[in-house]
Amino acid sequence: MAFTNEQLERYSRHIILSEVGVKGQKQLLQSKVLIIGAGGLGAPAALYLAAAGVGTIGIADADSVDLSNLQRQVIHTTPDVGKAKTQSAKETMEAINPDITVNTYHTFVTARNIPELIAGYDFIIDGTDNFPAKFLINDACVLAKKPFSHAGIIRFKGQLLTYAPDKGPCYRCVFKEPPPPEAVPTCRQAGVIGAMGGVIGSLQAMEAIKYIIGKGELLTGYLLTYDALKMEFRKIKLPGNDSCPVCGKNPSILEPFDYEQTACDLKGGH
Amino acid sequence: MKLTVSGNVKEYAGGLTVRKLLELEQVETPEYVTVSVNDEFIPTGDFDTAALSDGDSVEFLYFMGGGR
Repeated sequence: MAFTNEQLERYSRHIILSEVGVKGQKQLLQSKVLIIGAGGLGAPAALYLAAAGVGTIGIADADSVDLSNLQRQVIHTTPDVGKAKTQSAKETMEAINPDITVNTYHTFVTARNIPELIAGYDFIIDGTDNFPAKFLINDACVLAKKPFSHAGIIRFKGQLLTYAPDKGPCYRCVFKEPPPPEAVPTCRQAGVIGAMGGVIGSLQAMEAIKYIIGKGELLTGYLLTYDALKMEFRKIKLPGNDSCPVCGKNPSILEPFDYEQTACDLKGGH
Repeated sequence: MKLTVSGNVKEYAGGLTVRKLLELEQVETPEYVTVSVNDEFIPTGDFDTAALSDGDSVEFLYFMGGGR
């Protein structure tokens, strides 16, 4: 694959980096990343991955753009209100970079469709807003040996971890199972500062890029936490967990499954 | 005794359990917080009995569910 003059110019700030170069840029163009959730985290991740020339980007979301999304979901604009988030995201990404292919999945991600959904992708970004989805993505990725970036944001705080096959711990090693509904607040109840999605979602995009070009150290084995009010980042080492039910020595979870979601989780805005 | 809690070294009275430390640090919804001591997870069921000693490093890991 030879670069066109336009590609050489578009990606010149990447190609000049010794860690990327022509080789790394080709790897990016040939890579496939799936983003689950086109919201606060998924929007900035999708924008940066599209701009970076990640050749195929999948985006899964069952929702439509709501006015209350625009405070943080920077991939959607005011005229997009009411449009499917997948479609709105695809239009913005293709406008930024016509070089890439965007696959849209306008559907809820469930135990039934997730194995097929993630199968064709090299790296998965969890940009969902609820625990059942976060556990489902973890289990499916661990079982399918797919690397992924988990993240969560609320109020002025955010955190993320990266899982790569056989480079645990996974999300379930740290958090055994979802808390009961309403036990811990969601963004809708507690609020979230819009720029938090930008910080954490961009870090998720960075992990995907590092994984694709094979440079640097991934955030495997650590939880990175960010407290914006204290302006404090912490990289917390995570213990291993041999008794993890999905990635431990004697796993009891052998295929992905759905946790029940409360009606308000399914109906509500995000 | 000295403990490193969430990266900060602080002085505590002796005889602390994980449960007591969660109370002292006013950790919200402690039943849904993952605790590690010296790079080992402490099962939630052991919070009442897990004793902390001088020099221990304790981390609280919180559920964070938002994202969209």
